[in-house]
Parts: sequence; C-alpha cells; structure tokens
Amino acid sequence: MKTIVQKKLYHVDSRGYYGSFGGAFIPEMLYSKIEELRENYLSIIAEPSFQKEYNDLLHNYVGRPTPLYRANRLSTKYKTNIFLKREDLCHTGAHKVNNTIGQILMAKKLGKKRVVAETGAGQHGVATATVCALMNIECIIYMGEIDIERQAPNVARMKMLGAEVRPATSGSRTLKDATNEAMRHWITNCAGTHYIIGSVVGPHPCPDMVARFQSIISEEIRWQLKVQTGKETPDYVVACVGGGSNAAGAFYHFLDDEDVKLVAVEAAGQGISSGYSAATTVLGKPGVLHGSHTILMQTADGQVMEPSSISAGLDYPGIGPQHAYLFDSGRGTFMSATDDEAIQAAFELTRFEGIIPALESSHALAVLGKLSASEHDNVIVNLSGRGDKDMATYMKYIY
Amino acid sequence: MNRITTLFNGVKRQSQARLLSIYFTAGFPELNETMRILRALQDGGVDMVEIGMPYSDPIADGETIQQSNNKALENGMTVKILFEQLADMRKTITIPILLMGYINPVLQFGVENFCKKCAELGIDGLIIPDLPLDVYLDQYKAIFDAYGILNIFLVTPQTSEKRIRQIDEVSEGFIYTVSSASVTGSKSGISHEMESYFERLNAMQLRNQRLIGFGIKDYKTFQKASDHAAGAIIGSAFIRFLNESKDLEEEIEFFVKSFKNSPETIEA
Ligand SMILES: Cc1ncc(COP(=O)(O)O)c(C=O)c1O
Repeated sequence: MKTIVQKKLYHVDSRGYYGSFGGAFIPEMLYSKIEELRENYLSIIAEPSFQKEYNDLLHNYVGRPTPLYRANRLSTKYKTNIFLKREDLCHTGAHKVNNTIGQILMAKKLGKKRVVAETGAGQHGVATATVCALMNIECIIYMGEIDIERQAPNVARMKMLGAEVRPATSGSRTLKDATNEAMRHWITNCAGTHYIIGSVVGPHPCPDMVARFQSIISEEIRWQLKVQTGKETPDYVVACVGGGSNAAGAFYHFLDDEDVKLVAVEAAGQGISSGYSAATTVLGKPGVLHGSHTILMQTADGQVMEPSSISAGLDYPGIGPQHAYLFDSGRGTFMSATDDEAIQAAFELTRFEGIIPALESSHALAVLGKLSASEHDNVIVNLSGRGDKDMATYMKYIY
Repeated sequence: MNRITTLFNGVKRQSQARLLSIYFTAGFPELNETMRILRALQDGGVDMVEIGMPYSDPIADGETIQQSNNKALENGMTVKILFEQLADMRKTITIPILLMGYINPVLQFGVENFCKKCAELGIDGLIIPDLPLDVYLDQYKAIFDAYGILNIFLVTPQTSEKRIRQIDEVSEGFIYTVSSASVTGSKSGISHEMESYFERLNAMQLRNQRLIGFGIKDYKTFQKASDHAAGAIIGSAFIRFLNESKDLEEEIEFFVKSFKNSPETIEA
C-alpha cells in the first residue's frame, strides 16, 4: 500500500465525515477506545515497519497481487471488455483478509492482547480467526444464532483456527445483532481488546481505516490495467455492497477520476418492493446505525429493519457512510440485483469462465447487461470472493 | 425552573441526598402501563424517573433491557404512542421526568419537533447515550435550550479529566456517572475501584452533581453508591422486577421503598 496523497473530496474529512455522513455516534463507554484509534491509526499505518510487514504479508501470505483477468467469453457476450479483479483468490477466499491483516498489525502496534469481531456469513470471521492464529492472539467472534445454523462450514473453520464463536441471541439473531454484541463486548472489555470491524461501517475512524486496508484492490487495478490495456483508468468499476468494504477498496484510487463510473450493486433480495430486500439506498433513509450517520433501512419510527438477501454477506440494513455520500452526491451509481439474478449470474460466470463466484460477488456480475457499456469500454468487476461457502445454496439450482 | 434543576438545587449535603431515580422501558411489560407505572413510582417516593424509549439496537444495554426493548416494540410502542400516553402526565406527576433512548428515533421524529413535544408534555430532560457531545454542541444545543430541555451526559471510569471538565461545563441538571466499563445490567456490585473513581469525581469539585448508574440493584448497592454521589439510578433491577410482578401498584411502591429503607426496617 502506498502512502496516499488525497484530493480529499470523496475521502473522510478531518472531523470524520463524508459530506453529512459519518461521524462517531457512540456512547461515552466507547469514547476512549475510539479516541485511541482516531489519534493513532494514520501514524501507525504510515510507519515504515508497519508498511513493510503489511506488504510482506499481503504478498507472501495472502497471495497478492491478485490477478486482473480479462474474461473473454463474458466480454464477447456483453460486447465490451470485462476484467475480473480476482479477490476470490486471496487466502481464505475473499477480500476480507486485506482488512484483517492490516487490523491485526494495528492491534499489535496498539499493544492489544485480544481481538473481537462480528461476522454474518462467516467470511470476515474466518479472515479474523486466521490472522489471530497467525499472530497468536486470542479471538472472539460474535455471530447471529441464525447465521451459525446457516453457515456451519465457516463456523467449523473459525473453531479449527482457534477462535471462540459466540452466538448473538438478541434481536433478529443475524449480522446486525452480532455487530451489536461485538460492540457491547468492546464496551465491557476495556483497554486490551481490539475490535476488528468487518466492513467500512461503524464510527469514525473505522470506515476510513477499513477502506485504506482495502484500497490495495484499486491500487493494483490501476497498474495492472495499464500493463494490459495501456490505460490506467477503466470506464466502469462494479462491486457489490453489503457494508461496502470490497467496493470501497475497488473505488478508492478512482474516486477523484470523475470519468470512471463507480457502480455499487446492492442486494434486492426477492425484489425491491417484496418486503424481503437489502437494497439500502432504495429503501432506506438517513439516520444513525452502528455509530455512524449513514443511510439505513428503518421504520417511520426509526427502528432498524431486518434486511433480506440470499447472500448472508449482503444481508445488512445499512451501508458505510462513504457510500451514503457517493450515493447522495451522485458520484456513485447504485444498482441492485435480485436473488434470482445473482444466481443466474453465478451460473453464467461458472459456465463461461470456469470460476465459481461467491453469492455476494454474483450480484456485481448480475448488472453487466444493464450498464450500457460500449465495445471500447473497459469494465472492472470486483470478484470479491469465491463460491465454496455457497455450494449448499448453489446445489439447490443444479438439476 | 426545570424540575431537575430544582431537585438538585435542593440538595444541601450530597451524602445525605440519596436521590433515587428509576428507569423503565415504555411499553413493557404491556403497551399501556406507562402512566400506571409512573404513578406507582411517584407514590412509592421515587425522586425522578427515566422513561426508556424502546429501540431495536440498544448497544449500551445488557440483556435485561434489550429484552424489555424488544418486548415493548413487539407490543407496538412508538415515540408517537408514548407521547400520547404522556399527554396528561403533568396532571398527576410532579417529580422530574426524563426520556432515555437512542438517537435514531429522535432524528426520525425531528430533533426540534421532539424537543417541542417534550416541552409541551412537561418532560424535563433527555438522556441519549449515542448523541456525541460535539454534535450536540454544534447542531442541537440551541434547540434544547430554546425548549428548556436538559441534555444529560454520561461519564465513565475511562473518561479523561479534561473531558469530564468539558462535560461539566456544558451540563445542566446532573451528570450520569456510569459505574464501570460495562453495559447496563452488570451484576458485579460496587468495588473499591469504583468507589475510588467516585471519590476522584468528588475531588474534582464539579459544577454539577452526580447520580451513579449501572449495576445498582438493591438496598446495599444503592446506599453504597449514594455515599459517593447525590444518589443513584436503578434500571435493569426494576425491569427484572416488572417481569415477575403481578400487582403493579402495590408491588412497585414496595420495590421503591426497599431502596430507601433498610431491609430490617421494612420487616419490622
Ligand atoms: C465475498 C464477499 N463479498 C462481499 C461481501 C460484502 O461485504 P462488503 O460490502 O463489506 O464488501 C462479503 C461479506 O461477507 C463477502 O464475503
């Protein structure tokens, strides 16, 4: 990761905001912990020893740079030039590990002895348990009771890696409640605990810190595209958005290139108006969720609503504050894909290119036909993860 | 004058005040018990009440209050319904009343509308743990002031001296002293470590008096906390009691008295 000279426009400002979104809406019990992070994260990231260890681990442990692969048959079908950024080839099978590698080094620099994290599908939980095993740090993962049942293989992976998996039994017993439990754990366990949040959500500086650790994705895309096409900037960058970390990483180094269309794809679930959806920007309104002012799905009374998606990783009622700002300012184009469209796109990629994508990433693939990209355009799709974890779902569609 | 201010102005010697404030979640255990619980608390001799506005994601609360929030929402409680229930509150209730809840429902109601409604109903203050100090000062203080609503801030054992002084500077009414690094409903009791933290606050000679909350659950913990502050706040213990209570009126009065009078006097 390079030290980034920012034009600032779409990045976080000195108060922790992206336009009117962001901030740190936290109870006083978390203030000193957030303050410690806020005061230290930039200088720690800039330390040469941090950079060296981070880059070394990304290269030799995670397997970076991940390939930028021109998907030829897919390109022919959609009459444009489609490149897949292969985050599915990262160790542990998704982009989540880019963040957890950075975070575990941050935890070490801050002298933390224990890590707590939340997880939905279990991908972030696995990526966290992995780096904790690597660094010999105690690891506690909160996971909704319902998700524990739905994602048994990832629960087993986390346990094999030595993490303690604690069921979140409150509320709807899914990702949002696991996040609440992880925050409560952080409140109760003072100074020695580092909370590794799994996406670009939460109170400032969490969204910015995660975005920086994921920014390696677009840093690589720039030079890889240059090598392959002679151009550094694509015409489109497409990524799915749960909380928004893979999208934030894929967009990061293109934010100020206004010619690059940044396409964020939300999960429409069974359809936008079906009552079973997770399309936050369509169904949500501004408000506060998990410590930041952002857009979230909520009732008229301000109660957080339960989202619904076939993909557990997109099953979140909010989006990160930077995405709220990209949406609000028009810099980002927000689209959505239904469960069925995502399944179709997953099978299409598998049969056209021999790559089984994660259900989350399939949402990004599902909008390829709706972009109206020309035959000269370069379209990057961030393939955030691989589909091994989703085989139980895919098998229902194989006759 | 604001009833909270009046209450605390009346305190001459902190260690003798022993003010008792009780929290309950509106809409729990039943949707329409709010006024009945409020009256019973007042009749029992409680000094102040915090009415909780239920929220789907109460991150500063432990299991007991989470469950009362969930039940209240299942029962259909909303901010609007709560305001309707409190419409005639001041015909019978004379003690200071606060609303406690999370920021998002207040934002959706509109902060100005919310404060206006509170002023109309005779609500004296708000406790919103996830409304940060800087946002309050920048955006909302003027509104709160215009309607005479006090915003009560929390301090914790981790709050730095500098920040405590800053909070003291902008606080009116009292400062909510969170007894330990925990969510509500902690069962640990009052340790020597907590007592020295309470004394550290006393030694700071703050403008505002303090009430101690989180983990106050019986006569002993209430009295011990009250040795070091103007009084203390009961939350989860009252919710647990409501869960088991059959005859609200009578039992609530008894519950309140059990904090003020030592167990021996009650039995005698
Ligand atoms: C493969 C994959 N992609 C995307 C996501 C969604 O998260 P985010 O929006 O933070 O990238 C997840 C979350 O679990 C995931 O596992």
